[in-house]
Amino acid sequence: MSSDTVSAVDRPPPMARVWTRERVLGHVLMAIWIALGAGIVLFLVQSWKPDLIYRYAPAYLSGLRVTITLVLLSIVLGAVLSVPIALGRMSKNPLFAWPAYAYVYFFRGTPLLAQTFLVYYGLGTFRPELQAVGLWTFFREAWYCAVLAFTLNTAAYQAEILRGAIQSVPRGQWEGAASLGLHKWLTFRKIILPQAFIVALRPYGNEIILMIKGSAIVAIITVYDLMGETRRAFSRTFDFQTYIWAAVIYLALVETLRNAVEWIEKRLTRHLKR
Amino acid sequence: MDSTLVLLGFGPQGWGDEIASGVFITVTLSLATLPLGLAVGFFIALGKLSPEPSMRLAANVYTTLFRGLPELLTLFLVYYGAQIGLQRLVKLFDETANIEINSFIAGMVALGVVFSSYASEVFLSAFRAIPQGQYEGGYAIGLTRWQTMRLVVLPQLIRIALPGLSNLWLILLKDTALVSVIGLSDIIRQTGIAARVTKEAFLFFGIACLLYVILAILSSVAISAIERWSNRAAVVR
Repeated sequence: MSSDTVSAVDRPPPMARVWTRERVLGHVLMAIWIALGAGIVLFLVQSWKPDLIYRYAPAYLSGLRVTITLVLLSIVLGAVLSVPIALGRMSKNPLFAWPAYAYVYFFRGTPLLAQTFLVYYGLGTFRPELQAVGLWTFFREAWYCAVLAFTLNTAAYQAEILRGAIQSVPRGQWEGAASLGLHKWLTFRKIILPQAFIVALRPYGNEIILMIKGSAIVAIITVYDLMGETRRAFSRTFDFQTYIWAAVIYLALVETLRNAVEWIEKRLTRHLKR
Repeated sequence: MDSTLVLLGFGPQGWGDEIASGVFITVTLSLATLPLGLAVGFFIALGKLSPEPSMRLAANVYTTLFRGLPELLTLFLVYYGAQIGLQRLVKLFDETANIEINSFIAGMVALGVVFSSYASEVFLSAFRAIPQGQYEGGYAIGLTRWQTMRLVVLPQLIRIALPGLSNLWLILLKDTALVSVIGLSDIIRQTGIAARVTKEAFLFFGIACLLYVILAILSSVAISAIERWSNRAAVVR
């Protein structure tokens, strides 16, 4: 039988898409979302005040800049700090392993808000001592305290990501490299790290997103980031659209980042696709 | 050292009782949010698994929205937004009415919404880890759809989802710290008041951190007990 006759055979007609209960429910839920979205747009249009936008748009931009600077700075500093902690966590010597474990447990087990308060308000208790060593100018500023608290916090999370990624590379990779006569540092740099990076990429992306979202709390210690500017604008105008604009900006920021990470991951793992 | 003990004691000069009430609020809020978040997250996961595209889209919009917003902003949106929205609604019927949203309920809704959007992803990947044959086997021996879900799929689902869910629980416990901003007297707010009054900020915020660590340790103990219970019927390999 040739292929012509096969294609000439009548296919069964496509199944009619009936209105099942599930389909009705899905359309209803979607309608609710669309109505909500339309309601928000309508609210924004109704309460559109050019002078409000004109006055607060620059404030929001500077707030966004503060948020991004804070996140970038603490992510980079935290990455540097996370290397010794991750090494400590992997060390067999309890003298290194225990402090690293305690550090990670403390910073992952307590809220970022409490840590920020502990640094900003708590270290203020030691003002005379800090003044004596000349560090008071650093700890007086909410901005520096926020950067310090965020760095310490993200270092703990990044150390765990790093450790997990390195330990996810099978032992055989180390052994294979050793049998080829590569020394340890070269093996780590050329064989382990590239494989670990693929595993670590998504958690790193998530950590940056968590930091962007977490950074909103610095508004409470009077740093004027995006959230801080929003609260200031709300307290002056009592206009709820201030919060909606902030939500839109945060959502756009996070979604852009998430899609970027997904794109990078797809690109880096294209040799693994079958 | 003596003065520290007096400050932390339960007497009239001590802040022990205030802080204990803060711990109570934090724990009740997280325990109240948990079932809400789990239930909503479960149904959102079912929506994402649905063959119906509109249902999947509706569920994905929910997750994208509440995973993308900062928790603090979600809290403000729920607290002020619900207040303004309800106020307008009530004004339609009664000009003089004044609505105050309970900050406990607002915190519960905001944290529950965030928890459920993350939980739905955990449930989704757990659902995908269960082979189709489990459902087919259930139907083959004459169980209804609901019975198959309850007796065959759910026990395995809990076992697979438990590590992810226990992570989310610890995150929830920490996120409750945010409700201090909308005036709920949790650990952070109570220790903050104590710190302002006594000028011993480091001591009291240190205590706050310590309390959260203790809550985390207690949770780990409870979680490993649940893990043992859920693994009691697991296949021994």
